[in-house]
Amino acid sequence: MPTSASSNADGQVRPKSNRPEVPMATAKNWLREMMLIREFELRCMQAYQDKKIGGFCHVYIGQEAVAVGTIAATEARDPIVTAYRDHGHALARGMDPKHCMAEMYGRIGGCAKGKGGSMHMFDRDNNLFGGHGIVGAQIPLGVGLAFATKYEDEVINADKNGGKSNRVTLAFLGDGALNQGSVHEAMNLAGLFDLPVIIICENNGYSMGTSIVRGTTMGHQISVKSEAYGMEGVEIDGMDVIETYWAMKELVDKVRATSRPIFVDMRCYRFKGHSMSDPRKYRTREEEERYEQGDPIGVLKAHLELRGLTEDDHKEIQREVRATVKASMDWAENSPTPPTSDLYRDVYRERWGPYTGTSEPEMLGGAEIECKFNAIDTTIDRKADLL
Amino acid sequence: MSIATMREIEFRDAVREAMSEEMRRDMRVMLMGEEVAQYNGAYKVSRGMLDEFGPRRVIDTPISESGFAGMAIGAAMMGLRPIVEFMSWSFSLVAADPILNNAPKMLYMSGGQFGCPIVFRGNDGAGGQLGSTHSWSVEGLFSNVPGIKMVIPSNPYDAKGLMKTAIRDDDPVFFLESERLLSMRGEVPEEEYLIPFGQARIARAGTDCTIVAFGRMVNIALEVGIELEKEGISCEVLDMRTIRPLDAGSIIRSVKRTGACVVVDQSWSFGSPGSEVAALVHRECFDDLDNYVHRVHSADVPAPYAHNLEQEYLPNARRIAEAVRSCLYRS
Ligand SMILES: Cc1ncc(C[n+]2csc(CCOP(=O)(O)OP(=O)(O)O)c2C)c(N)n1
Ligand SMILES: [Mg+2]
Repeated sequence: MPTSASSNADGQVRPKSNRPEVPMATAKNWLREMMLIREFELRCMQAYQDKKIGGFCHVYIGQEAVAVGTIAATEARDPIVTAYRDHGHALARGMDPKHCMAEMYGRIGGCAKGKGGSMHMFDRDNNLFGGHGIVGAQIPLGVGLAFATKYEDEVINADKNGGKSNRVTLAFLGDGALNQGSVHEAMNLAGLFDLPVIIICENNGYSMGTSIVRGTTMGHQISVKSEAYGMEGVEIDGMDVIETYWAMKELVDKVRATSRPIFVDMRCYRFKGHSMSDPRKYRTREEEERYEQGDPIGVLKAHLELRGLTEDDHKEIQREVRATVKASMDWAENSPTPPTSDLYRDVYRERWGPYTGTSEPEMLGGAEIECKFNAIDTTIDRKADLL
Repeated sequence: MSIATMREIEFRDAVREAMSEEMRRDMRVMLMGEEVAQYNGAYKVSRGMLDEFGPRRVIDTPISESGFAGMAIGAAMMGLRPIVEFMSWSFSLVAADPILNNAPKMLYMSGGQFGCPIVFRGNDGAGGQLGSTHSWSVEGLFSNVPGIKMVIPSNPYDAKGLMKTAIRDDDPVFFLESERLLSMRGEVPEEEYLIPFGQARIARAGTDCTIVAFGRMVNIALEVGIELEKEGISCEVLDMRTIRPLDAGSIIRSVKRTGACVVVDQSWSFGSPGSEVAALVHRECFDDLDNYVHRVHSADVPAPYAHNLEQEYLPNARRIAEAVRSCLYRS
């Protein structure tokens, strides 16, 4: 199996040497993004305690390098889909923290108008296709996103751009999700149809209280699973954003060129509990400390210090992200709760109302609001339907 | 039953006691599901069971609902009596084929040769702001399927007695718990007891309007009963306990007395236990009714996340009271 990085299974992050240097400004921006996610998640935990956020809330602390490093390797038009631990992906994809926070507050200003919550972040403009709460469910969807980009590039636009598939989908899942049947069916389909998708398993070692070896065969080398579906399997260090980026860049370029799916065993660690109510009795404090030594933010900061980042620079970034997150909370707080009439909005694309026991649903009143939906413009198809 | 043996326990303890007692009694009974053993259950329903019964009988599974539900059904065909925990019934949809296409049809399809003595259990219903994917009230969907039995207790006492019956039952039983009720405390005797399926309980006696309710909704209907008493409206609240079999007799007898019927069912209205009760009452009590059967359901939309929307989405005391008043021409 090709290994792009030395494993960090022992909690050690080793510096990688033979990669080109990332421009200082870019690397500094990654540090800022990772620190933004960290600050955002810490404030979410607080807001959850304060009952500003309801439902389930899964924070991304410890895994920031994964979202930032992988998404940096994509282009804005490349679709992304992930599971419920999704705040980091949303922010790394460019969602305004205000919209992310307001979603968690259940306010109309949220990215899904307060309908989705923490586990269901959607951002059409940034090609983020969710946030999905059902373990594994997003992987067939991700394969479908790749099917659609390939179809659009090669079939609909056969006469443009040489009719060649040119987008890459990133579909994220956890290590526990690897045991869902739908994930395996999806990998077979991706392999079978040559779909341009990278399935990234954020292998943080645990699904709730179950360590990977307790729940998964071949848990020490999960990429063998994808190989059986004709997908190359690659192991990447997800605790070192620079390494994550370069390894992913290689894969993204490859998939863009070949339209063949790839599976990534992304080694990482979740620093906090599974959700807000997890005392973490299934692992030792020593193990946690070992991984905390390799904190991806600390690793990048140390790297940048070698390249001239000063403590003042760092403090400045910290001040900036703190202000951004604080502003997002204020904004969320001030955003109104959704009007009750919103309960019935967006059930159907047409503005049908609820079933009221009569033979037909009722039309909702009010003006038709023009809104964008889906990624491929279906206006033409809809007109054709009406003819 | 003597008062001295009563103690207050939580709903989750009641369910666990039932499972543990049956596992002590019958080696064929075992429990499997995600996080049920070492983690003591995601909602601590199975707390301590691994210690007592060991890992061969209290089994942690991977997140593979379709796989382990199917596996348990196969084991039931061989004669084991598995209890399968879905962390939430919302996740059972991943296992729709085995639980709907295999378990309830095995006996019929095999001409009576292979039964399926299995219990599927887990949290059902919305109310915790978990959003659309995690807020299913599966009774609407699954009660449509012949061959299953469906239990929906509203309190610890019933939960224990019904769970014991479920485990001893020779057919597949879908046992719907509510996360909102797991910490509810109630009196449960130390002695063994079983509650038969298909026997509703009159949770509150009344004369003006029958409120037929399922599971957690019973408790809200009871609050409404107290509220409406102040307006001089006397509600009879029926706790149905099981949806399949449905205790039609109790509903009919009550409605014939009161002449009015409101159904409270947390699933969606279209093709639901609520619509089934309404059809039944319209047919059997046609001449006794002063108004059509009023129904209170979750709004006909996917469950929203925002707190205010979710409160409006669910059947709540206000909507139930309005339905009762409207049914009695008091609004
Ligand atoms: C089908 C389904 N089953 C169970 C759950 C409950 N659940 C939510 S997250 C989770 C653990 C998933 O672990 P993993 O895939 O490793 O992701 P991580 O939480 O580590 O990011 C479980 C069991 C669910 N959401 N969906
Ligand atoms: Mg995990």
